[in-house]
Amino acid sequence: MSAKTLYDKLWDSHVVREEEDGTALIYIDRQLLHEVTSPQAFEGLRLANRKPWRIDANLATPDHNVPTTAFNSVEDIVDPISRIQVQTLDANTKQFGITEFGIGDVRQGIVHVVGPEEGVTLPGMTLVCGDSHTATHGALGALAHGVGTSEVEHVLATQCLIQKKMKNMLVKVDGRLQPGVSPKDVVLAIIGQIGTAGGNGHAIEFGGQVFRDMSIEGRMTVCNMAIEAGARVGLVAVDEKTVEYVKGRPFAPKSEDWDAAVAAWQDLKSDENAQFDKVVEIDGSKIEPQVSWGTSPEMVSDVNGKVPNPSHEVDDVKASGIRRALDYMGLQADMAITDIPVDYVFIGSCTNSRIEDFREAAAVLKGRKVASSVEQALVVPGSGLVKKQAEEEGLDKIFIEAGFEWRNPGCSMCLAMNADRLPSGKHCASTSNRNFEGRQGAGGRTHLVSPQMAAAAAVAGHFVDVRDMMKEAS
Amino acid sequence: MSMDKFTALTAIVAPMDRSNVDTDAIIPKQFLKSIKRTGFGPNLFDEWRYEDVGEPGVDNSNRPLRKEFLLNQPRYQGARILLARENFGCGSSREHAPWALKDYGFDVIIAPSFADIFFNNSFKNGILPIVLDEAIIDGLFKEVFAEEGYQLTVDLEHQQIKKPNGEAIPFEVDSFRRHCLLNGLDDIGLTLQHEDEIKAFEAKYKAASPWLYR
Repeated sequence: MSAKTLYDKLWDSHVVREEEDGTALIYIDRQLLHEVTSPQAFEGLRLANRKPWRIDANLATPDHNVPTTAFNSVEDIVDPISRIQVQTLDANTKQFGITEFGIGDVRQGIVHVVGPEEGVTLPGMTLVCGDSHTATHGALGALAHGVGTSEVEHVLATQCLIQKKMKNMLVKVDGRLQPGVSPKDVVLAIIGQIGTAGGNGHAIEFGGQVFRDMSIEGRMTVCNMAIEAGARVGLVAVDEKTVEYVKGRPFAPKSEDWDAAVAAWQDLKSDENAQFDKVVEIDGSKIEPQVSWGTSPEMVSDVNGKVPNPSHEVDDVKASGIRRALDYMGLQADMAITDIPVDYVFIGSCTNSRIEDFREAAAVLKGRKVASSVEQALVVPGSGLVKKQAEEEGLDKIFIEAGFEWRNPGCSMCLAMNADRLPSGKHCASTSNRNFEGRQGAGGRTHLVSPQMAAAAAVAGHFVDVRDMMKEAS
Repeated sequence: MSMDKFTALTAIVAPMDRSNVDTDAIIPKQFLKSIKRTGFGPNLFDEWRYEDVGEPGVDNSNRPLRKEFLLNQPRYQGARILLARENFGCGSSREHAPWALKDYGFDVIIAPSFADIFFNNSFKNGILPIVLDEAIIDGLFKEVFAEEGYQLTVDLEHQQIKKPNGEAIPFEVDSFRRHCLLNGLDDIGLTLQHEDEIKAFEAKYKAASPWLYR
């Protein structure tokens, strides 16, 4: 038998049937549902008089549209269109008997935080959700990717997807990260190197010393942004950390099941001689804290670098892309990244709203204040349980004392579907995943950074190397 | 949901001359609050198309237009083919993006590359995404800009694009997806023809991984 990659193994174990041209029917173990991409899928089921194939394979929670200010029930959502969407999810899950962590449930939160946290995401699974950041779950060695609404309906109705196998790509980061350099910096540096289309058509496995050393939550941050490198799937091999992370979570296997599952998970890694279609190697020890300056996640720079100059770009399409981005972002070519002012700060999103992210940011903020020039600084936990944990550790007090607003869980200003929006022309240091035009609010200017870099920017009122700020303290 | 059949069309080409056009640009997030599949066309490329900020439920017919934007130029009215650059449709998995393009009137998108999820979602909604070499795309951009009313004929059955001068450009398309588009087939219906195989797989799989079924 020839050597297989982790992706090959996950794929092979879920093929129901395969046509000669490679079109396959793939079995899906788990589907996560939220309010934005599911209503039309449920409506489709009803119109065709179909029922979900396996009700217990699905779990729902509202996240994109939920307010992050205090409120008690769905009826309190002020925006009537948002309210109807959340109510529609409640009604659909009730009609079809699907478990939902609704508004008011402490387990409610961003689907990609909730799944792993509850043990709903398990190694070796196939998992889909109508959201491109489903790649997050690959951190646990699950084959997970985003799907459109037609495919949400397809999985509900058949427990399968029609797919062709992707190619294999290995992104290998060896060495050890410098202190102050986070998983977010690693993934931004990778995207900066391979580009937003670098992983198109591929499943990316993240391998090497840096990912072996990284916590599971850190691996989630990295896999989460595989889609920003063009890959629907991001993966990290299962190791002892994975098993330890899953153990004891509410939906994780128990007793004999647990032993059998752990035994089966041991093989969830690429074989030694497995062949990848594409390999990228990066020296982890050289990665610096990152800040995005443009309107695509590949437009990133080391914090001590400069905004690029389009006249140095030989490719015409790229040069005009840089010009357009600088114009939108209100930046000058060749200016220092640390001279970019910060008006808003957002710590949250499915990329960086877990407890470790908050601990890192709070460590920077402790005993410091948000600069007076910063108009708003938000911390939005990824789930009710993350919020509770942070409060038990007293992190909420550190954020509030520094001048941050401590909010309720949801997607919030990552995509601004709720009331949390970045005003036009304002610069935001954001721990989210996309800096597209208008992403955080029409005309808003997003700069993607790590939680510690966002905290440091909040204090300085402009971007700053968090390592310098931490040095001052010691 | 079954789809309209796609066979061939001749239509005006609109040139979207920028790379990495993302799904937030194609249909901004505020319009994702709808629980329907239709009605997104007037908000396609909303932030580039209008001078003000669009909101769902607002009448778009009286909003101030950005005159220079592609789709607001008289010469591209009635376009059903979108010519685009690298990595078109990157970003989120929102199927609202192809819904908006289709609702506006686009049936074909031609680009050197597409984002994977968008590419997949397009086929599910009767839109044909065609990948061509960068050099051919460059040539098409030049010709579209040079000639007002420039049209292409896209023939899915014979897998070729015909230029006004009669020159034919062949293109590749996945045979299964081509079959579904040509016949307007419903994916779910097709998959359910294999119901017994899915059940057999499931029984075997459940025996091997019982912890996934508690």
